[in-house]
Amino acid sequence: MILDLNKFITEEQPYWNELEKTLLQLEKNKKSALDLEAIQRFHYLYQRASADLGRIMTFSAEQETRGYLENLVARTYAEIHEQSKGRVRLRLGRLIFKTFPRTFRHHIKAFYLVLIVTLLGACFGAVTLVNDPVAKATLLPFSHLQGTPDERIAKEMEEQGEHMSGQQAQFSSSLMTHNIKVAIFAMALGLSYGVGTVVTLFYNGIILGAISADYLMAGQGLFLAGWLLPHGSIEIPAFLMAGQAGLVMAGAMIGHGDRTPFVQRLQTVLPDLMVLTFGVALMLIWAGLIESFFSQYHEPILPYWLKISFGGTELILLILYLYLCGTGKDDTIKTT
Amino acid sequence: MYQKKAQLHIQTPDGITFTLELASPLMRFFAWGIDFLVILAITLFLQQFVFRYLFVISEDLSNALYIFLTSAMYLGYAGCLEWFWHGQTLGKRLLGLRVMDRQGLHLQPSQVVMRNLLRVIDSLPLFYLVGGLASFLSPLYQRLGDRVANTVVIALPRFKSPDLSSIVGQKFNSLRAYPHLVGRLRQSVHPAEADIALQALRRRDSLDDEGRFALFEKLANHFQNKVSFPEEAIRNSSSEQYIRNVVEILYEAEGVARRAASKSCSDTL
Repeated sequence: MILDLNKFITEEQPYWNELEKTLLQLEKNKKSALDLEAIQRFHYLYQRASADLGRIMTFSAEQETRGYLENLVARTYAEIHEQSKGRVRLRLGRLIFKTFPRTFRHHIKAFYLVLIVTLLGACFGAVTLVNDPVAKATLLPFSHLQGTPDERIAKEMEEQGEHMSGQQAQFSSSLMTHNIKVAIFAMALGLSYGVGTVVTLFYNGIILGAISADYLMAGQGLFLAGWLLPHGSIEIPAFLMAGQAGLVMAGAMIGHGDRTPFVQRLQTVLPDLMVLTFGVALMLIWAGLIESFFSQYHEPILPYWLKISFGGTELILLILYLYLCGTGKDDTIKTT
Repeated sequence: MYQKKAQLHIQTPDGITFTLELASPLMRFFAWGIDFLVILAITLFLQQFVFRYLFVISEDLSNALYIFLTSAMYLGYAGCLEWFWHGQTLGKRLLGLRVMDRQGLHLQPSQVVMRNLLRVIDSLPLFYLVGGLASFLSPLYQRLGDRVANTVVIALPRFKSPDLSSIVGQKFNSLRAYPHLVGRLRQSVHPAEADIALQALRRRDSLDDEGRFALFEKLANHFQNKVSFPEEAIRNSSSEQYIRNVVEILYEAEGVARRAASKSCSDTL
């Protein structure tokens, strides 16, 4: 019990000041390393401040000093139990060529599930459109897709990207930002225990399947491949991977067969979600550039074989990148 | 007698418990409002003073950069500032709020990124309705992004020395004749109770006579029940005077040392 508060504060304040000085030094410069003696002193000061806090709690009206000490102890506690090794350095090369593909592979089951859901949606969309062409307005509620494929192709051939002349960069930027927002949304829908993510992917699959069926039935498969492959070979996998991140989050929330607490399960997958989202964003930036500067031009400006080859090559490289990058000896550390 | 604010209690492995006051959803909404205005101002500035000139060089590039930068700012403003300012955006800094790890530790990059990416759900359908509802329903005022990232938003303590000069005079305090009871009073009264007594004295002039008398009577009974002073110590004083004496005792340690401690802490924050 404290009998003389003023005396107590006068005696203890130099220790508090010393602790605060060290704290400021650590908070401002994460790299500043303390030697063993300084660490021992820091720990002693923390223990002393903690003990002082315990004693000051017996004083009813000492809200300020108590608040001050609580703040001091809380900050020191955070420094002492800090887990990260100093300020985080963004190693972009490692992130792109090792961490991202490794994280993708680490959660490959979620990706396969996403792929199956999307393919089911695509089959549903295609079968529905083939059996009931009147359903097109419902399946594809977009005004620019309501005409026949032949009409749209004729228009595209006539324009040859003219309507975007001098606006490619703007169009590309709009595509990137819009697609990134949609991908983040698909990932964030994992919050609904995955239901939202699955529904979104299934619906995207329906649209994809219906469009493909529409063009194939009209005998325009070549145009479709030339139009879709250059950007779609990156964009579609990117959306699937956003869905994969959503299912990873949902899996952690559900925690099937995992006895660790809810919060801990989520904490474990957070870095992976961040890496996946980052990778998806990069892929969508690339897809946006290709869609704007490449996909919109057709024969005779750009022959179909070139566009299809380009898209096919991109897809093969993407698969090789995702499955082979980061498999070296030094990459055996688990991502999560 | 008093309403408790939402608090986060953290017990360290050393057995010390410290308390952090949680920011209410309303305060967080105001902070978001400030941040929104900041983003809007930056966007307008860029539009008026940067892209207008870039427009002359290339209309397409200017529009592309504008779309990309504004989207990046809406998505990344809070995340970047929270990372570099240790859990604070401009709005949070102005209102004295801070994002913290649920266990009182430093924020990890993945926590900052995820709580901000999940704003896309929290901000649905308009004005953070989903996030606001989630906050109201959460005992720790966590929106959905906070729950996933395991973070909380706390209100930083503001240290202000109460000005007692107009409340407690230099008159004789009859309670001081009983130092052991004075010590017990200090120990048994909760800080919030002491604050209520102080506020009652501060606002006495806004009460009518009857209300004032009833209030101080009730407060006096409350404090007497906590620590019972002998009859001769309170015989010749009114309930209000008794409360003045109590407040003077509870807040008397207005020493130089404590003011220095408060000042030091305020400077830090």
